[in-house]
Amino acid sequence: MAKEKSAAKPQVRTKTTWKSALKRDWQLYLLLLFPIVMVVVFNYAAYPGLRMAFMDYKPAKGYDGSEWVGMETFIKIFKDRDFVRALRNSIVFNLADLLVGFPMPIILALILNELRYPKFKKITQTILYLPHFLSWAIIGSVALTMFRPSSGLVNIALMDGGIIAEGIPFLNEKWHWAVTYLLIGVWQNMGWGTIMYLAAITGISGELYEAAMIDGAGRWKRMWHITLPGIKSTIVTLLIMNLGRVMGSNLERLTAFENTQVKEFQYQLAVYIYNKGLGTGKFSMATAVGLFQSLIGLILVLLSDKVAKKLGEDGLL
Amino acid sequence: MGKKKAVAEESHSAGGARAINKFRIGDVIMMAVIVILCATCVLPFIHVAAKSVSGTTAVMSKSVYFWPKDLNFDAFKRVFGDSSMTYSMGFSVVVTLIFTLLGMIVCTCAAYPLSKRRLKGRSFITFILMVPMYFGAGLIPTYLLLSNIKLLDTMWVLILPLIYSPYNMLIMKNFFMSTIPDSLEESAFLDGATNFQILRHIILPLSKPIIATLSLFYAVGRWNSYSDNMYYTRDAKLKMIQFKLYQLVASASEAQTASLADTGGVAQSAPEVLQAASIMFVTVPIIIIYPFLQKYFVQGTMIGAVKG
Repeated sequence: MAKEKSAAKPQVRTKTTWKSALKRDWQLYLLLLFPIVMVVVFNYAAYPGLRMAFMDYKPAKGYDGSEWVGMETFIKIFKDRDFVRALRNSIVFNLADLLVGFPMPIILALILNELRYPKFKKITQTILYLPHFLSWAIIGSVALTMFRPSSGLVNIALMDGGIIAEGIPFLNEKWHWAVTYLLIGVWQNMGWGTIMYLAAITGISGELYEAAMIDGAGRWKRMWHITLPGIKSTIVTLLIMNLGRVMGSNLERLTAFENTQVKEFQYQLAVYIYNKGLGTGKFSMATAVGLFQSLIGLILVLLSDKVAKKLGEDGLL
Repeated sequence: MGKKKAVAEESHSAGGARAINKFRIGDVIMMAVIVILCATCVLPFIHVAAKSVSGTTAVMSKSVYFWPKDLNFDAFKRVFGDSSMTYSMGFSVVVTLIFTLLGMIVCTCAAYPLSKRRLKGRSFITFILMVPMYFGAGLIPTYLLLSNIKLLDTMWVLILPLIYSPYNMLIMKNFFMSTIPDSLEESAFLDGATNFQILRHIILPLSKPIIATLSLFYAVGRWNSYSDNMYYTRDAKLKMIQFKLYQLVASASEAQTASLADTGGVAQSAPEVLQAASIMFVTVPIIIIYPFLQKYFVQGTMIGAVKG
């Protein structure tokens, strides 16, 4: 948004009054009415509901009848062991997601870029993009088919091969679950994540590669000294964008891998809000947690943007 | 590009035979890695497909890998015979179509005016329309709001709250600003065309690629997500197919058979085969069309990355 302003500056601006602007562009303002009404009705109108976080909200009494309690709800949630566990899980799993999930598309993009046969490259790319187009319901149910302890294909294959005697509880024991859950996340995003990097790679001048080759740089050296630096800004921007999402959590992904044995780790903020709020009707607590999550998310995004701009990158806002 | 480099390397490389040899090994390793990763994307679905058309006994004896045994289509007959499955599929199609149509209209209504630098109040309106992308009210306030405006448990709760998407709006706005020359409009303006006429007769015909891309963004997004279905609806008539699958299979991991039996129709015996057929029923439509979608998705994502 900031960029637009600076782009508009150089033009000589004759001051238009609202009257003349409306006269000339009333049709444009009329068009804008539709999206503005949508955000007001479905987004802005929900913001006042956030005051529930500072109330002891009782659905029967409504906003007017419920009591104001200040920060009490926040104190209560931080004493709530469920919340602390959900917060811990969200942060740990999101960071782990980032740690294992972030480098993968970069590596894959570097490999795809080096592939020699365009047709092979095109077909494999199309295949690698597939998981991005599938819902978590599909991924979750296919994962079950693959990883059930007794009847999952992976376990059947391992048992048939005599490698293990008993099925591995890939999705039914918390530590196994953690690894499987993370790897499926990486798998889902690895192909699609390459797009931005591949686009950045096409932007690198071919002359650089030629010059390096004349100097005798091999493939790995070229990758390291030309391709990687060439996509550095893309890497930084995407990394920062992802850091901004460290507090988020995706209920669809979490519930797709839900079962009683793994509650300890699967219980993350989205699950907490859903269970406490819509499940047991603790509206104030769920709202407080949601607000906490939104605020931290917002702060992280703003910080990330600042950092990106400091580093001379484009930033996000 | 890859090919050119390879040729150049062979002629320029000072390392001679050793370099060429190394090059080939690297090539094979990289191709192998890619093939293995592709296999992880394809084989699970082949397995599910094989299971879905296999005999119950073969599946129970755990001998079905990637090829069906005792080929039969009983499970599919059951799935297609289950009116709640076909209903959900049809309902999903209807919701997705309405959602996509309305989404594109609201997106254009926002993106076109905001792509005009001359528009007074432009940055303020842009700000208003972008805030929801960075700060959401959260589940409960939204839930109560939707309950107040009587949208809960209606089809519209699956459509209206999400048709305006800041992200899609940005993409469209960027497209308008970067690919349609101002001069084109200015001349139309001088000829006395109104903003509406310019939009209809000049902008939209030139924007077919972005319209296709964003329609697919909307459609695939709606088709695949179901958390709102989970939050805001109880009525069985409002179950979209992804939610149905989630309830049928993914959430059924603890008490598979019991949960399957609950839903009637696709139920009882041979849960594994039926589950596989249900998964296929939901997955095949998207697998069939996604090679075509993919190209538009790549384009859209790139445009989204360029800032206006």
